[in-house]
Amino acid sequence: MDLFPLYNSLRIAFISTAVIFVIGIAAAWYVMRLPRAVKGILDCILTLPLVLPPTVVGYLLLRLLGPRRPVGAWFLSVFDTKLTMNWWSAIFSTSVVIFPLMYRTARGAFESFDLTLSDAGKTLGLGNAYIFFRVVMPFCSTGIIAGAVLSFARALGEYGATTMIAGYTPGKTATISTTVYQLWRTNNDALAFRWVLINIAISAVVLLVINCFETKRKRA
Amino acid sequence: MSVDVNVKKKYSDFELDVSFSVTGSRIGILGASGCGKTLTLRAIAGLMHPDEGMIRLNERVVFDSSQKINIKPQKRNIGYLFQEYALFPNMTVKGNIEAGMLGSSSKDIDELLKKYGLWDVIDHRPDSLSGGQKQRCALLRMLVSDPQLILLDEPFSAMDAHLREKMRLELISILDGYDRTVILVSHDRDEIYQMCDHLVLMDNGKVIARGATEDVFKNPGTVAAARLTGCKNISAIVKMGDHNVRALAWNNIELETADVITEDITHIGIRAHDFIPQKTGKNAIRCQKTTVSRLPFEWYVTLDNGLWWKYPRQLGEPYSDSVVPPYISIEPDKIILLSD
Repeated sequence: MDLFPLYNSLRIAFISTAVIFVIGIAAAWYVMRLPRAVKGILDCILTLPLVLPPTVVGYLLLRLLGPRRPVGAWFLSVFDTKLTMNWWSAIFSTSVVIFPLMYRTARGAFESFDLTLSDAGKTLGLGNAYIFFRVVMPFCSTGIIAGAVLSFARALGEYGATTMIAGYTPGKTATISTTVYQLWRTNNDALAFRWVLINIAISAVVLLVINCFETKRKRA
Repeated sequence: MSVDVNVKKKYSDFELDVSFSVTGSRIGILGASGCGKTLTLRAIAGLMHPDEGMIRLNERVVFDSSQKINIKPQKRNIGYLFQEYALFPNMTVKGNIEAGMLGSSSKDIDELLKKYGLWDVIDHRPDSLSGGQKQRCALLRMLVSDPQLILLDEPFSAMDAHLREKMRLELISILDGYDRTVILVSHDRDEIYQMCDHLVLMDNGKVIARGATEDVFKNPGTVAAARLTGCKNISAIVKMGDHNVRALAWNNIELETADVITEDITHIGIRAHDFIPQKTGKNAIRCQKTTVSRLPFEWYVTLDNGLWWKYPRQLGEPYSDSVVPPYISIEPDKIILLSD
């Protein structure tokens, strides 16, 4: 059994989660302190990928990154590489799809933060960076980590947008989800079922981890 | 230190418009909850940005909207003790104190932890500390940052009554050994009276009286200020002469005052403790149809004309008719003249 899809799925999920971990937290922290009206509009835009069908996300990404589209064409001319149909192309699709999950959970965590703690830090002469990393982030850590784990799980299961932007090339761009579809389509039922079991196992572990965090947070 | 504050801030349902200038080492801001006293403190610390105005500490301007000066809270060198202490929950007692030390020269932290009775809980996190330990920890964290001015926001409101008395004395002794100006915000007049040499009275976003604590309690000046200092008996008056009034709220009894009644005087106040029992003559008031209620160390007597009288009692002393004499009287100089 060729384990490439497992390896590929995991690396795509890890990288996109790492990227979105930083961007999502930064966006949440930034948007939270904007005026109400701006916040409402930005909130709507940033959450949109959560409710859009992944194929719509994939379509929009292709309109942007495809080799004959503005960004894709520019990248092709400068780096002589297409932004689509590589294994790392899937990072674009998974990142867009999981962004709202990370953004939303981080927002929720930040909103429950007790602002007098940062006020206290300021009157003690502590800098904003110190306050953010040593007071705010630890306070919100359980919520933020749960959000990251959820994002990772969603990235691992991404199919629609990924298949449009990275396609299915065995040993190159194949992920678990695209492999299952391909195997089922070609009547390789036994192998498809094995991949299904692997996928269920990984997802179950992820959900267990989230549950552990939830109970820890409730107890705290 | 002299503290000059003159700031305005508008909210949808509240307007803060405070202006006072006090020189003292212990300054109290007294007011009912929601009167804007904490907002004033936050403005001084730089945690709230006023719409307009000026804040000056000694000769140092920390905020001036006309000159666009707004020094960051980090640079104001003002310590703030928060109502719920605001200890960093993810750090130990020692970690919290060390965070306060970051901006200042290093001191012997172990020695301080011992002095403040925190040595045994040095590795504990705030959620496992008692109320007193939390306060000492927050206080020490603030003091090691070496502030020039210390702001205390209702420091005892989160404590049980029996602990409050003890912590108040403890805080006084700590602050006495530390020569810095303190501004204390509270809704508790006893607390302010006990701890502050100067006082600012606030009501509904505005300053209604200020001055030396003793003077303000003796002569609050306005009805609202008299209420805040705990004056139980306040009545509208009709002026009868330079020293004579008729009290409309108390069955129109006529009273003589020591001070001259000027045109702006609309009310008088009498503190419930100031009546003298069993004395006829000047300003004697007949005690009729009284209601007496018993507190551990005081009788609360309400007269039929609406006056309150508080009279000390011994624990166990039973009620008899002799507790309430036929007459009580008030010395003319104990009648407080008030304007609206």
